[in-house]
Parts: sequence; structure tokens; C-alpha cells
Amino acid sequence: MSDTQFEPKIVGFLCRWCSYTGADLAGTSRIHYPPNVVPIRVMCSGRVDPAFVLFALANGADGVLIAGCHPGDCHYQEGNYKTMRRYPMLLKLLDQFGIERDRVRLEWISASEGDRFAAVVKELTEKVRELGPLNWQRNWEENGQRLEALEGIIREHEEAMEVPA
Amino acid sequence: MSEQPNATAAPPKGKLALYWAASCGGCEIAVLAINEKILDVAALFDIVLWPVAVDAKVRDIENMPDGSIDVCLFNGAIRTSEQEYMAQLLRRKSKVLVAFGACSHEGGIPGLANANNRREIFQTAYHDTPSTDNRQGIEPQHETPVPEGTLHLPVFYDTVRTLDQTVPVDYYLPGCPPEADRIWDAVTAIVSGNLPPPGTVIGAETTVCHECKRTRSEKKIKKFYRTWQILPDSETCLLEQGLLCAGVATRAGCNARCPQVNSPCLGCYGPNTGVHDYGAKMMTALASVIDSNDPDEIENIVRDGVPDPMGSFYRFSMPAGQLRRSKLGNGKGAKA
Repeated sequence: MSDTQFEPKIVGFLCRWCSYTGADLAGTSRIHYPPNVVPIRVMCSGRVDPAFVLFALANGADGVLIAGCHPGDCHYQEGNYKTMRRYPMLLKLLDQFGIERDRVRLEWISASEGDRFAAVVKELTEKVRELGPLNWQRNWEENGQRLEALEGIIREHEEAMEVPA
Repeated sequence: MSEQPNATAAPPKGKLALYWAASCGGCEIAVLAINEKILDVAALFDIVLWPVAVDAKVRDIENMPDGSIDVCLFNGAIRTSEQEYMAQLLRRKSKVLVAFGACSHEGGIPGLANANNRREIFQTAYHDTPSTDNRQGIEPQHETPVPEGTLHLPVFYDTVRTLDQTVPVDYYLPGCPPEADRIWDAVTAIVSGNLPPPGTVIGAETTVCHECKRTRSEKKIKKFYRTWQILPDSETCLLEQGLLCAGVATRAGCNARCPQVNSPCLGCYGPNTGVHDYGAKMMTALASVIDSNDPDEIENIVRDGVPDPMGSFYRFSMPAGQLRRSKLGNGKGAKA
């Protein structure tokens, strides 16, 4: 990891049956790929509530990867179809909030696709590195005027004339 | 309010305060919707602050010892320095602070302003609207020097916040506005001391579907409709008919009154217990009922049926969502 280059923090939700196993295969096969994805194993990509993605982005992540079984191969039959349906709505929402679509990726990665996992991580890391840090909570900061205004109110009330009853 | 009569065994009246921050005034009216029960409230409490109805002074509140007010019902979101000041003041002076209504609970309709910022809002409101003629470019200023001294107006924040993002809150009474029965439930709970743990939402722990009388079967939606596009039938579930009825993700408490009159639920009671982002939950519920496994078809259904996810899913709850607001200076706001 370099000192000067921005290192993206990417949260990866990987389904236990396909994608997480695929990620393990990338490891055991000694494939080199960037270490920027923090893996979180879920039982199915269908478990990934959009709130998880939003939480990650709001709390320091620069990108999110959701990986599941290929359509038709879901261990729970329909789970990944639900993920598939959530994804366009989530992307549209991100557009409206001003978060670049390229930061959130949905990929189908099977248990035997270790090299594909590594390639996806490499590509996503570079993409997010290009986009720069998200630093979302910076959007919540008010400009300096806020504290000044609150102190001003207190001062004003103290200095105000008392009107006799 | 009337003074306590002399020498009786009646207990001293409690102190009640009501305040409005960034709100529409509907919650004030809702308190009166409890009809004759307002007399019971008046018998139990002295109202020490209620700007819309009672001539009390902030100075008197400031001079009270901390914790003097037994209950404060605070409605409205926080978006100016004056509102933040009053939230902090009333928190200090109140034993129990209740976030009353959708705006203080989750941000409410004023929360939609988080799609923009102060600069964009002022530009539209004071310059760009078609009927505005403001050649001198006048805008409200925080400080204005006049011969007699300096006039102050509250500072208008970039971001609307909920009450609990400003001060610690003891209870929440959701709804836009909370229904009369729910208000009365809360008043009796507070008076009897029969309260849930602090931080709880005082309300049902199920969704609007539970209270809705429409017939529900399996939901398979091929197309979502806007409210004006179809005439729904009055028996079948509105979501099944393709309308974006938020009842499926919204806390119960209102007796599903909007679906009863063919109007899809808008979600004003906010999320059910344990949900930390209303909009995401609504999105996920909607995604579950889309009847397609083909990515292109899904893309079409979503593009045509949900043109404004931010507005549809975060109508009452943007400040309380994970992201809270759009990117500052984004400018796009609610445009899809």
C-alpha cells in the first residue's frame, strides 16, 4: 500500500454459496489482486438490504460490491433475482443523491470463478480510486455560522431589556 | 391557564410545553383533534409554552430550573439556529421530550429540502420563481446593521435535521400528523407513568397492511402506475394493482385511512420497529413484488414506474435515512 496514493475502502457482500467460495478460490490459487475489498459473508445476495449499501457509503466506504450466484443458480432459488430487482432502483437512488454509479457494483461470481473475482476486485478498485474518496459525512457539516449563531442567540437574550410586567 | 384553586387535595398540575420548529402547523391542530379530551389535558397540565395558542414567553422558560417542564411535545424538524436553540432549551428544561409527528421523528416533508442546499433554496425562493421581482437582489441576512444597532435573523442551515440528531429524545409519536387516538394513548401513558423504555416510538409494532381492510393475495407486479393513471378498485390491495402503496413498509397506527379512500399510503408514520432506513426498506419491499427475472424488463419496469425514488421512498424520512441528504452542491436534487 502506497503512502501517497488514495486507497479505496470497498465493502464486499459475498454470498456464502458461490461468491465467497469464489473469493476463497482466488486466495488458494494465489491470484494477486488488490486488498481494498473488505469481505462480508452473507448467506445469499438476496440478504443484502439496500440499507446495508447506504450504511456502508455513509460510514466511510468509498465503494460497495455485491456478489451472488449466477441467475438460475441461487441456492435459495429466487434470492438473487430479488437482488437483481433491487439494483436498478438503488442505482437510480444513488444518481439522485449524487453518488457515482460506478461506486456500487453487482456481479454474479460462481464458486469456480476465482480469477473472475480477482478481476472484478481489481477493476472496481481502480474505478473507485479514479473517482476519489467519497467522504460522505463531509456533506453533513454546516458551515461555521451555526455555532456562532447559537452563541449569538444566548448573548442576545442576556442583553435584551427586561420589559416590566 | 387557570390557577390552581386554594386548599384542595388535588395534586399540583404538571407543566406541559408544545413547540413547533420546521413544520406546517398540522400537529398543533392534531392536538385539538382529541376534541373534548383537551379538557382532561387542561385539568392535568399547565401549558407553559405553546406559541400558536398561548401567550407564554421564552424568557420565562429560560428562567425555569432545568427539568421543570414535565412533558414537552416538540413538532417540526430542525433547520435554523433558532429551532436548534429552542430544541436545546426545551431539552434542558423538560423531564420528558417527545418528538411529535413525522417532522421531528424522521424529518418529514421539510426534510425533502435535503435534496438541495441553502444557496440553491435561496436562489429559487428569492430570485428565480416566475412571480418574484427582486431587482435589488435582496435576501434575508443573518445580521443587518441599522442605525439603532444590529438586527439578527436565524441562520438557515444547509441540512434539515431530525430532533434526535439535535438533542436526545425520550419518545417518538409518529405520523403526519399523529392520529387523535395515538395522541391520547401517549398522554395517558405519560400521565400514568406506564411508559416503554426511553428512545421508543410510541405506537404499533406492525405495518399498515395489518390495519387495511383490502383483500390481499399474491403480489406480482408487471407495471407500476402513478396515482392519477388508474382508477383503482376498492376491494383489492393497492400495491397488487400496481400503485406505489407504502403501507407494506410503514408503521401502523392510522387505521389505513388513506388506502380506505383509494389513495395509496405515503408512509407518513415512518418505518416499523427495528428499521433504520425507511427508504431502503420501501425499495426492498417493492423490488420483492416485481414480477420479472429479466434484467432488461426489470430496468423498464423501474424506469417507467418509479421515476423519482428519492421522492417516493424518502418523502417523510430523508434526514433520518443513512445518507441524510444529497451531495452538497449537487444541484440535481430530486431530478431523476
